[in-house]
Amino acid sequence: MTALALQALILTIITASTPLLLAAIGELVVERSGVLNLGVEGMMVMGAVAGFGAALTTGSPLIEHRRRCRGGALLSVLFAVLTLSLVANQVATGLALTLLGLGLSGLAGERFVGQPGVRLPKLDIPGLTDLPFVGPILFGQDLLVYVSFALVLAVGHVLFRTRLGLIIRAVGDNHGSAHALGYRVIAVRYGCVMFGGACAGLSGGYLSLAYTPQWVENMTAGRGWIALALVVFSSWLPGRVVAGAYLFGAVTILGFYVQGVGIGIPAQFLSALPYLVTIGALVVISRNRLVMRANTPACLGQPFVPDR
Amino acid sequence: MKKLATLAAALAVGLMSGAAHAADKLKAAWVYVGPVGDFGYSYQHDLGRKAVEKALGDKVQTTYVENVPEGPDAERAIERLARDGNKIIFTTSFGFMDPTIKVAKKYPDVKFEHATGYKRADNVATYSARFYEGRYVIGQIAGKMSKTNTVGYIVSFPIPEVVSGINAFMLGAQSVNPNIKVKIVWVNSWYDPGKEADAAKVLISQGADIMVQHTDSTAPLQVAQEKNILGFGQSSDMAKFAPKAQITAITDDWDGYYIDRVKAVLDGTWKSKDTWDGMKEGMVVLPPIANVPDDVKKMAEETAAKIKAGTLKPFGGTITKQDGTTVKDLDDGAILSMNWYVKGIDDKLPQ
Repeated sequence: MTALALQALILTIITASTPLLLAAIGELVVERSGVLNLGVEGMMVMGAVAGFGAALTTGSPLIEHRRRCRGGALLSVLFAVLTLSLVANQVATGLALTLLGLGLSGLAGERFVGQPGVRLPKLDIPGLTDLPFVGPILFGQDLLVYVSFALVLAVGHVLFRTRLGLIIRAVGDNHGSAHALGYRVIAVRYGCVMFGGACAGLSGGYLSLAYTPQWVENMTAGRGWIALALVVFSSWLPGRVVAGAYLFGAVTILGFYVQGVGIGIPAQFLSALPYLVTIGALVVISRNRLVMRANTPACLGQPFVPDR
Repeated sequence: MKKLATLAAALAVGLMSGAAHAADKLKAAWVYVGPVGDFGYSYQHDLGRKAVEKALGDKVQTTYVENVPEGPDAERAIERLARDGNKIIFTTSFGFMDPTIKVAKKYPDVKFEHATGYKRADNVATYSARFYEGRYVIGQIAGKMSKTNTVGYIVSFPIPEVVSGINAFMLGAQSVNPNIKVKIVWVNSWYDPGKEADAAKVLISQGADIMVQHTDSTAPLQVAQEKNILGFGQSSDMAKFAPKAQITAITDDWDGYYIDRVKAVLDGTWKSKDTWDGMKEGMVVLPPIANVPDDVKKMAEETAAKIKAGTLKPFGGTITKQDGTTVKDLDDGAILSMNWYVKGIDDKLPQ
């Protein structure tokens, strides 16, 4: 393999992994607060249509980048109201959210179908981006790639190094005690769910503005579900979310690479490989019961109804 | 007495006018595997549906269901349409074959039309286009235009339609360039823009300078444009998405067929049959050729004319299979059940 081909391969792996990472890091915070939101796919696809629409109508994918967050966040507010305030079943509501998002985005995006999109600007530092091999990889990415890493660092820092993180984890582990201590369980969860929604929206925006700059229905193609699995895979630790997302992205792309080279491995097997590798890694990680028990939010998916 | 009956009938018609009028309309339905906005396969079928509405106007009422996954969901979608009073239902993807046959058994009064399949019944007709004819022509263009002698070919599922497409492409390419190589990547999806784009990027990094796809989104062609290489559209003219990259596309034109078949139901002449038309009948169309020198364009147009005239058959003559054995002048049955590669393709066919 030439250096140029290797570089292209790494760049492709980064584009394939970034949307997974963005959506997964948001869901990680949501689950850490004790809420299971299965609607990631729906929020992502709303983010994709909102981001594309905003970029198209304003002509600037950067200025209006907040809108794609809003697309996902708005849907997540609906989820929060239903599950947190009205105590609806989280699993059913999350699934409904996905279906709603897929339908709604199709409706909202109808007028964008067939319109060439606006591409998200790439970071370009003259001198650094021109460096051989590492230049384009380190300094020439879409802005959201850097945002995804910044988010992981920020989430890691907040969750494990700040008082806010302690409160979020307390709410997720034992909402009764957190409530007794005077923390506003519902308010904390509202905040986390909206953060998750914004991240999912950002991830969708990455798909429609950087990955394949266009709007088409269902363009998330199941990536929200993979992001959900990655959160469990990572045993709710931010660093492992990065590892998981990039492992999944890399195995997917390598599957294509191996096919292109023409090594006689069945294509169906290669398609299944990312899932198999992820499951395999999950099994290995889960063998350490202490780590799993220490990190799994104990109140995950449980509704909280304070005594009045 | 007779007069009275006529009068009563006239009165009834007059009274029911509005409602009766709507009920008189023939209901026709379409089932798509992707979104109508894919600007590829499903989009093209939907153009056919619109053509039916335009041609037959008040006599028909059409509906469609998009994004129907192949499998059990398809059966439910088709059955719902049958129950809703649709008299003719077009199911447009290979994976809808068994569900269509199953539902058709339950609703003998409804006519079904299944695209790209091979199972028929008294009320199930099949239709498909000879996509491979178009693929032979683009193979020739690719053979002439590739500088690296490497073509990237993104494919969905190993079904005969796709395999015969690859083979026809290769035969066309070999007819002008014996050194041509085709790199094949199966993405196991008809429609996933992200994966298709990834596959395209990987193929380009491996030296492909021509992009061919048998998947439905415009993503591979957009990647081709971004990386300054050439490619071909699939199912629909995708020039709008990649004006600098698209040479031509293999476009399906279902308009005429759909109008004929719905008309046949209206006239009561509908019969189950198998239709497999190609470039000659206008079911497979190549949009104007662009981004290539005049001599290549001329060669492609001549080849297309020969195929239309029937003097050139992509699977005519002696063909050497990948394993070295030879076959001669393939008939339709052999093309429709093709599960082997021609010589020169170094991919292993997924079984």
